[in-house]
Amino acid sequence: MAEKVLMKGNEAIAEAALRAGCRLYFAYPITPQSELIEYMSKMMPKVGGTFVQSESEIAAINMVYGASGCGKRVMTSSSSPGISLKQEGISYIAGASLPAVIVNVVRGGPGLGDIQPAQGDYFQATRGGGHGDYRTIVLAPSTVQEFADMAPLAFDLADKYRIAVLILSDGLIGQMMEPVEFQPAKTDEELEELGRQHESWCMYPNEDEPNHHHHIINSLELDPHVLSDLVLNLEKKYNEIEKNEIRFEEYNISPDNEIVCVAYGTAARITKSAIDELKKEGKSIGLIRPITLWPFPTEEIKKAVHNNVKKVLTLELSLGQMIEDVRLALEGKVPVEFIGRVGGLVFSPEEVKAKIEEIL
Amino acid sequence: MEIIATRPKSLTKAQFTYCPGCTHGISHRLVAEAMDELDMRNKMMGVCPVGCSVLAYNFFDCDMAEAAHGRAPALATGMKRARPDMHVFTYQGDGDLLAIGTAEIVHAANRGEHFSVFFVNNAIYGMTGGQMAPTTLPGMKTSTSPYGRDEQDIGYPIRACELLATLEAPYYIERVSLLSPQHVLKAKKAVYKAMKFNKEERGFTFIEFVSTCPTNWGMEPMKAFEWAKENMLPFFKLGVFKDKSVEEEGK
Repeated sequence: MAEKVLMKGNEAIAEAALRAGCRLYFAYPITPQSELIEYMSKMMPKVGGTFVQSESEIAAINMVYGASGCGKRVMTSSSSPGISLKQEGISYIAGASLPAVIVNVVRGGPGLGDIQPAQGDYFQATRGGGHGDYRTIVLAPSTVQEFADMAPLAFDLADKYRIAVLILSDGLIGQMMEPVEFQPAKTDEELEELGRQHESWCMYPNEDEPNHHHHIINSLELDPHVLSDLVLNLEKKYNEIEKNEIRFEEYNISPDNEIVCVAYGTAARITKSAIDELKKEGKSIGLIRPITLWPFPTEEIKKAVHNNVKKVLTLELSLGQMIEDVRLALEGKVPVEFIGRVGGLVFSPEEVKAKIEEIL
Repeated sequence: MEIIATRPKSLTKAQFTYCPGCTHGISHRLVAEAMDELDMRNKMMGVCPVGCSVLAYNFFDCDMAEAAHGRAPALATGMKRARPDMHVFTYQGDGDLLAIGTAEIVHAANRGEHFSVFFVNNAIYGMTGGQMAPTTLPGMKTSTSPYGRDEQDIGYPIRACELLATLEAPYYIERVSLLSPQHVLKAKKAVYKAMKFNKEERGFTFIEFVSTCPTNWGMEPMKAFEWAKENMLPFFKLGVFKDKSVEEEGK
């Protein structure tokens, strides 16, 4: 077993990305993700990779577009206001079907907001975020270990589906130190193989190739019938992802549950503490923790909310965004209650426990 | 019979979609000829802008990427950093490069990125129907400056070459024009030089073409050339603004 090291979430995701074969990283500094860009600036030259501190988040995501168009594993990261700037590029990446990994260490908003943990970017992340009809895969970690494990997962999913994968962390998971164990780094042979996997479509000029090719990376199509087909093809891909890639955790789900909670990321950690406390008092509360926010575990939530469940409680560090997906999943089967905190504030396990007791 | 001029290999057989009398055909050809002459096509990646040349990926016969408006230098940075063994160029217009993409071009030039930028300046937004550009001349009427560009209200045109030449990193910056056969021959030399420096990995190279837009200027092509000579060249002076090869080679 590999050694466990104590690391901040932001550094752990950077290290895990390098091990996953990321050799190009473009970003702009912003709190609370600065340790990530700093780690990359220090470590990328040591593995022979490329680090560029760009002039803006817009430039960074477009550098990602260029490098990804060459078939390379490439990443950028930011926090909420910077992710808003990247939306232009994310839409183009979706239109051109390019693989890319984007980390959002979410902070309080709207506007400049603050630099504390929040979950107010759920709508932006799960509804595409930029203009046009598209999706990105959204992964939401709740521990530093899971944050790190999501780097190789995100790159694999991005490569498999030629899609942007967003890792939706927050200021708490980014800044917190926890023990983390890394997956082994890709070998040179594996990296070489990764480099070849996109040759059928990516830009790869090759002097020695006998048949000259003309690969174009593009999201423009002026013929509405052709564009319609392209977008419908994207839909097929999204349907495939919804079929294959839903990830979630069940915590204390049982036929005894009177209440089932739904929470992700930091909110789910706190909910687990409250559930443990209530368990000691003989109360059976379950939790569904979506790990993929898109695709959303709709059927899984429906299944967990069996006939004995009286109420569902959604817990978010926002005014209530995921709750819309929970309600859509349950189709009015049971009342869906909500507890939220905004402005970078976080609810305590005691507050969650009190809320559960109130609605029991 | 001897063939003395033919379609460059670096252009596809697709028919240009530009207006009659437009100079994009000439600047496309100059870039493609340089790619041919320097045998760079099989190692070349290009970036198209948003603007009239948005479909240039159909014309240049090498791997191409289509950028969001103004972002071509950022894409090119990502491409060149991903494939340092290959060559990269961008082809951009005045709205793309000097308005929405000002940050991207200044910082790519400032980093001394190893690619070539071909910048077409015709003082107007062509594709969207003739709106005012950052290079529209004072007093010039466009569809969004119907009373003429008022420099007191909206400022003076920006000179790209002079702006970028203040930076330390760029290797070669020259402004040429496409307004007469003599000008085109000079432009051909400049494009060749930029592409040669590109091939030799010398650094950031930038060529501006002072061009015309007969359609949106509302002029016949020949009249547009004359108008540009009289009005654009006094403001956008032709010449070399930076050439580090002169210092390096002690010429």
